[in-house]
Formats: sequence, C-alpha cells, structure tokens
Amino acid sequence: MEWWQEIYKAIKDANVRQVAYVPDAGHAKLIQACVDDDEITTISLTTEEEGIAVLSGAWLGGDRGVLLMQSSGVGNCVNMFSLAKTCQFPMALFITMRGQWKEFNPWQLPMGSTTEPTLELAGFSVNTAEDPNDVADFAAATLHHAFVGGEMSALLLHQKLTPVKTFGK
Amino acid sequence: MTLDAQNFALRRRDIVSELLKGRGDMLVVAGLGSTAWDITAAGDHDLSFPLWGAMGGSVSIGIGLAIAQPKRRILVITGDGEMLMGMGSLATAARLNLQNLSVCVLDNEHYAETGMQTTHTSTGTNLSAIASGCGFQNSVAVSSQNELADVLPRLREGPGMQFASIKVRTEKLGFSLPPKDGVYLKTRFRKAILGDAAVLSS
Repeated sequence: MEWWQEIYKAIKDANVRQVAYVPDAGHAKLIQACVDDDEITTISLTTEEEGIAVLSGAWLGGDRGVLLMQSSGVGNCVNMFSLAKTCQFPMALFITMRGQWKEFNPWQLPMGSTTEPTLELAGFSVNTAEDPNDVADFAAATLHHAFVGGEMSALLLHQKLTPVKTFGK
Repeated sequence: MTLDAQNFALRRRDIVSELLKGRGDMLVVAGLGSTAWDITAAGDHDLSFPLWGAMGGSVSIGIGLAIAQPKRRILVITGDGEMLMGMGSLATAARLNLQNLSVCVLDNEHYAETGMQTTHTSTGTNLSAIASGCGFQNSVAVSSQNELADVLPRLREGPGMQFASIKVRTEKLGFSLPPKDGVYLKTRFRKAILGDAAVLSS
C-alpha cells in the first residue's frame, strides 16, 4: 500500500465519519478516497481553523472526525486550538509538510519551520513520519491518542513522502 | 453616530426567549459574548453549547454537529462581530447543503463586549446577502416584528438550511453567564444526546 492508503485504512478502522480538509497535493489521493466513501462525509473548508471547530462539533454530536491539511494551515488555527484545549475535544490532524525538504517556494519556509513547535505550544502531541513504512503505525497511534486518549494529536507527514508517486508501492 | 441613534425596535433577549421556547430536542450553539448570555437568560440547557472563546467558530461547530446529528435541528445563534470573523464558514455550510442547520445572527452593528465599537454591518455589510451569495436557499434580513414572527418558526423547524440576520437594538444588558467549564459543557451536551455512551465508550 502507498502511505496515504495506510492513513485511509487507519481512519476507517477507527470509525471516522467526518473528514474535513483544505486541499494539499500530498493529500490529493486520500481526499479523493474519502470523497468516494459513502460512510464518510467530507467537509471542504475555506480555512483550516474551521476544521478545528467542525471536529469539535462532530464530537459533540457523537461523530469522530479528522482534519487533513498542510503545514501552512497550522498558523491559521492558533486561536481555534483553544476550543479543543479548553473543552478537551479529541483532535486528529494529518499534516503534509511544506518548507521542510527540497522546498522550491521560500514563502513556505517560515510556517514550515514553526509547525511542530506551534502545535506543541497549543497542546498537541506531535509525531513525524519520514519513512512510508512507518505511516500505518503512526496513523493508528494518532487516532488512538485522539479518540481513546482524548488528546490533541497531530501526525506530520515529512516532505520526503511527497509527491506521492516518488514513494509509492 | 452615537449609540442613541441605534434605535432598532427588536430586542435580543425577547427574540432568543421566543426562539428557544418549546425548543424540544433542538441543539443550540451560541457565539461568544452577548449571544451566549442571551441563550442563558432564556434558561441554561443541557443541549446548549455557549462559547466563551473560539471567535468565528460557531457556524463551523454547527456544521460538525449537523452532520453528526442529521435528524435534529441545529441552531447557531451568534452576533454580527462573531459572524464577520467566520464568514467563510457560511460558504462551507452552504456547500454541504445541510438541511438541518439554521443560523441566526443578532445584528446590533456593534462589538458589545469590547466597548461598543461599530462593526462592518453598521457601514453596509449585509450578512443575509452574504449567506444568500454563499448558497443558503433561505436567507432573510429581519428588522420588524412581523418579519420576525415569520422567520422564528423556520429557524426552529426549517425547511432546509436557514439563515436570518436580525437587526436588534444596541443595549447594555445584564450578564447572564452560562457555565464556563468547557469540559462540563461538552460532557453534559454529549450525555444528553448519546446517554451513557458519551462517557463510557472509547
């Protein structure tokens, strides 16, 4: 399986019903798989902070949700993270990294270099998957942290993993 | 413009009290500040989720809730300032065409909690036109008692996705504070919907 299929399998195994996203090329196939899945409602967002609130609302109503986004969106979420922190809403974020590895766009560097500390300051436990063979375990652990542990949990998907075709199969 | 020039007829606490009367199993999310105090003045309730922060997030919370609880009506009550901070969420909601979501903005054209500075709605920003432009099939601007009588049942019961921005008097009202323990608000809300599964399942 490609790494994105491991994430898809993990969110299916965890009975996730809502997948909110701001598109990223690295997440394109996973987003499409979720859109095509009748058991999942996908929520296309205008900005990532909406996703933090959507996941909170999902949990209030008894659904499990995850957020797919790229690292630049973490900065958009900062105040909204306080909703999850204060109310202890489970959070599961899958974040494709920019500004980290062979990045051609220097405008991605500031947020790429501060993604992990920003998440940690906000109260997230953060893991980074660099090897596609590790994604399955990390994805399952991220969802376990969120929905069993009740924590704010994020998995950073290293830029080595994208584009998907380079590391597929 | 002075505050005295703000002379809209409708009063927010009357509207919210009427709107929540006989609320049944409706789920209510209220934006931070005045609207959180308004729903509390109407009677604190297990199926209310008043916000104390997360400005701009009220409609997005309603979206997740509406998807999770498709058989119930979800009512988001918020103010013009909070709605202005989360306008994109109206596009997100409309794109999903959530048939059980109602959004009610109490528009006093001011940031009431921070010193009564004017908001963009005081200079022409039209929230019901924005909601309509985002794709809400039913979106109305309300400023009279007659219009209000027509829109309140639709906010409570539909049909379909509903949006109303209601011009309300700018007035200083007493605080009516809901519980501010977020974990408590979350847990009582989930327990009221899901029963013991809310706290026993993993």
